[in-house]
Amino acid sequence: MTAPLLSVRDLRVNFPTRSGVFEAVRGITFDLGRERLGVVGESGSGKSMTGRAILGLVRPPGKVTAERIDLQGQPILNLPEDQMRAIRGQRISMVMQDPKFSLNPVMTVGAQIMEAYRLHARATRAEARQKALDMLAAVQIRDPQRVFDSYPHEVSGGMGQRIMIAMMLAPDPDILIADEPTSALDVSVRTEVLRIMDRLVQDRGMGLIFISHDLNLVAQFCDRVLIMYAGRVVETLAASDLHNARHPYTQGLLNSLPRLDTAVDRLPVLKREASWRDAEILTPQPGGL
Amino acid sequence: MLNVDHLDVWFGKPPEVFHAVRDASFHVAEGESFGLVGESGSGKSTILRAITGLVDSWSGKIEVAGEAIHGRRRSKGFHRTVQMVFQDPYASLHPRHSVDRVLSETLKLQGMDDIDARIDRLLAQVGLGSGFRFRYPHQLSGGQRQRVAIARALAAEPRLLLLDEPTSALDVSVQAEILNLLADLRRDRGLTYVMVSHDLSVVAHMCDRLAVMRAGQVVEIMDVATLRAQAPADQYSRDLIAASLGYARS
Repeated sequence: MTAPLLSVRDLRVNFPTRSGVFEAVRGITFDLGRERLGVVGESGSGKSMTGRAILGLVRPPGKVTAERIDLQGQPILNLPEDQMRAIRGQRISMVMQDPKFSLNPVMTVGAQIMEAYRLHARATRAEARQKALDMLAAVQIRDPQRVFDSYPHEVSGGMGQRIMIAMMLAPDPDILIADEPTSALDVSVRTEVLRIMDRLVQDRGMGLIFISHDLNLVAQFCDRVLIMYAGRVVETLAASDLHNARHPYTQGLLNSLPRLDTAVDRLPVLKREASWRDAEILTPQPGGL
Repeated sequence: MLNVDHLDVWFGKPPEVFHAVRDASFHVAEGESFGLVGESGSGKSTILRAITGLVDSWSGKIEVAGEAIHGRRRSKGFHRTVQMVFQDPYASLHPRHSVDRVLSETLKLQGMDDIDARIDRLLAQVGLGSGFRFRYPHQLSGGQRQRVAIARALAAEPRLLLLDEPTSALDVSVQAEILNLLADLRRDRGLTYVMVSHDLSVVAHMCDRLAVMRAGQVVEIMDVATLRAQAPADQYSRDLIAASLGYARS
């Protein structure tokens, strides 16, 4: 097996509070290859914080520690900001949940993509412009020129998310971290956005970390799934095996979902066990399955 | 219980009028649970807002419990019959009012007596102990807040509850608890529900019949068996169901 794109060992994120230290992420270990890796958990499980910690986006007083975070063999844990900036965007990109809050409202879409691209690539304005139009076309926008000249408020949510993806992929990163990229979108648009990401990952051989609360979606979209609970990975599964999950938390989450095809009288309610916080982790292998 | 006929809702003034709902008609029987589904902007929440009087630019006929309503004003009796639960429990509770104040204010407005005992009963009905009575919203989890919002709606002892995405801001495990609570309340009190949701599985679980909306229009009204069999007559409804089943890898 080739070396992983990203190797994370014992990642921890702590926030000091008045009532002691809050541990948002408590020792996460995984490897990412050229694959779609899903990270699933409920709110507060630390899944978003994991993504932010990898990119060095945890703000003080939050503290990130780890045995190591290696990007293709190069340690990137707590790099100085100027070095991190060279990695962020160019080698690891991130797509956030809501395009409304991630795009600059007073810049045209085209200008924003060009700016993002020229930060990382030595390109003339004309080259950057062409790249931006190509990227917009790559995310299936039918009239790239019109979208290039429009402002974020003039486009729909699904279009906005495609623009974000276009912007993030313009520098050709090795890894894309997508934090709930489709949660703010309607189901029909969701399918399109996923298909675009799917194709880009396959064509470019990127590694994708797909953070989501939607178990079923992750099982269908990803290759491998990490299930997080209270800041730890409690189970790692091949996505196709999700429905054979062994951890009671994973099983409980799956059971608590209403189903479209079969009727149940009452939904089973998840009973949380105190032991899940610290019990031994099932299927601890960090690499591929 | 609820009759909506040829409902049009618009926003703005000519020449820039946006029609959020066009010629929507549906009827909900007493004790029934009716779902409104569709994508964002399809007008499903706007219908609820027109019923409750949060929007006044509408035409057509709305009848609640045999009584026609007009414009924006609603009688006291209306609010005792109809109550609404909103999507975001973080936004729909006053951050500086305790649970006790939220509920007692509502009870006073409804002219109820014996408020002290009623608050304890309401909290018990939504599965919160009386220990929650003097807490503030920031001391509650999302699920607990939504329970308080449901208790507030129940305070008026309504017969019709309008539920606008009541669980879409919650984690799935908490969603299961709230859906069970709503199902229990409907059974115990013979309530009628109109539930707006973008999640077809939630609607399938909670409702007897549903209307599919698109661009302000009711595309199709079907019963839940048709939804579960994925066999609606309309192409758009079929596409919506297929898309909501998730992602099929190419």
